[in-house]
Amino acid sequence: METQASVKIRNEWDIVQARQLGRELSKEMGFGQVDQARITTAISELARNIYLYAQNGEIDVEAFGKVGRIGLKIISTDQGPGISDIRLVMQDGYTTSGGLGAGLPGVKRLMDDFKIHSQEGRGTEIVAIKWLR
Amino acid sequence: MPVIKYIKDNKEDIVTLWKKQMDEERPEYSNYTVPHKTMETANENFIDVIFDYLNGNGGESSEGVNVFIEQILQFGWPLSYLTSGLQVFRKVVMDVIDKNVTEAKDLLGLYKRTDAIIDPIFNQLIKDATETWEHTVSMQKSALLELSAPLIPIMEHISVMPLIGTIDTERAKLIMENLLQGVIDHGAEVVLIDITGVPVVDTMVAHHIIQASEAVRLVGSECILVGIRPEIAQTIVNLGIELGEFPTRSTLRKGIETALEMTKRKIINIAQEDGQ
Ligand SMILES: Nc1ncnc2c1ncn2[C@@H]1O[C@H](COP(=O)(O)OP(=O)(O)OP(=O)(O)O)[C@@H](O)[C@H]1O
Ligand SMILES: [Mg+2]
Repeated sequence: METQASVKIRNEWDIVQARQLGRELSKEMGFGQVDQARITTAISELARNIYLYAQNGEIDVEAFGKVGRIGLKIISTDQGPGISDIRLVMQDGYTTSGGLGAGLPGVKRLMDDFKIHSQEGRGTEIVAIKWLR
Repeated sequence: MPVIKYIKDNKEDIVTLWKKQMDEERPEYSNYTVPHKTMETANENFIDVIFDYLNGNGGESSEGVNVFIEQILQFGWPLSYLTSGLQVFRKVVMDVIDKNVTEAKDLLGLYKRTDAIIDPIFNQLIKDATETWEHTVSMQKSALLELSAPLIPIMEHISVMPLIGTIDTERAKLIMENLLQGVIDHGAEVVLIDITGVPVVDTMVAHHIIQASEAVRLVGSECILVGIRPEIAQTIVNLGIELGEFPTRSTLRKGIETALEMTKRKIINIAQEDGQ
């Protein structure tokens, strides 16, 4: 199973489009209502972070895996300022924009797997996976 | 001879020919069933506008031009009505010149000078039309925004704000404004914010709702969040968002019951009390 789609994030409406993509794919893959909402919300957080902190970037969603173990993968990439202290931004309540600071730690809890690669001045890549049970 | 003077001297001929040809062009707009009378009036105005431009009275400042363009947009006519109108005008002017000028050398110069006069009109008219169009779009956008966060006083001291669709930054601002203004205008003691129709409640949406309810509290009223679908309740918990002291109810109905309690009232069944 290999389905992949991506949306460039440049404005607020692109965030909505990325979410819709995730909603459609997760539904198609057979995720339940709650997981669909979790996946869509996670995409919303990552896409908004791109829009807020890196101005532009991309959200990819893909179905991957083989029989018996398939999952939905969200990949968020940008060439923005990067994150210097990953432990810090993963703390609940840490924000540099007057937000709730709940986005990144929230995505980690909404999804099953969560990885951040970031280099200061280079950009950020976040990969999050939800397994279909 | 200056072309402009030529056009003005032969205005009557040109106008008659132009109208005749525009009438023949009509089938092009066959998907737009336009009554003949409307088309005639539009053409009437169009040729006036062209002469307005020729006399140097066109552009934004011109009442006639604006009214004409707005009318065309209101009819939903295609932009090609304007472009073909000017093309026909050019053709008619050239035809009239052609008939009256015999010397070939003169003719070429006249053609060039005609272009030099008509091209700026062409550009100006398209520019004016686009600006009117953009203005219309932005008006519609703000009209849509006005509809997007209504506060409805459902009974004394209780108002409801049903939110439907995606909440972006602009709309979030409007929610806050309407909520505060409405609380003051309607004297609402309790406001129910219904999020049944909001597809995704992420941290931004949650943050805006929390801020709005805190603002409402500051002016002495209370907010109740209602219409939280089970999957939304789950994602809110996963995000680790503390709704804390902020009262929530699953449905609008339960929210209204709570609001009544808070304003020291309740709904009674009259039929039962009457013993019927
Ligand atoms: N793609 C990114 N590039 C650079 N910095 C980022 C990126 N994503 C997040 N950050 C940094 O990490 C911080 C925490 O992000 P997080 O999404 O958890 O909270 P927030 O965006 O500040 O608020 P919330 O998401 O709750 O509205 C941000 O304030 C920002 O400084
Ligand atoms: Mg965020």
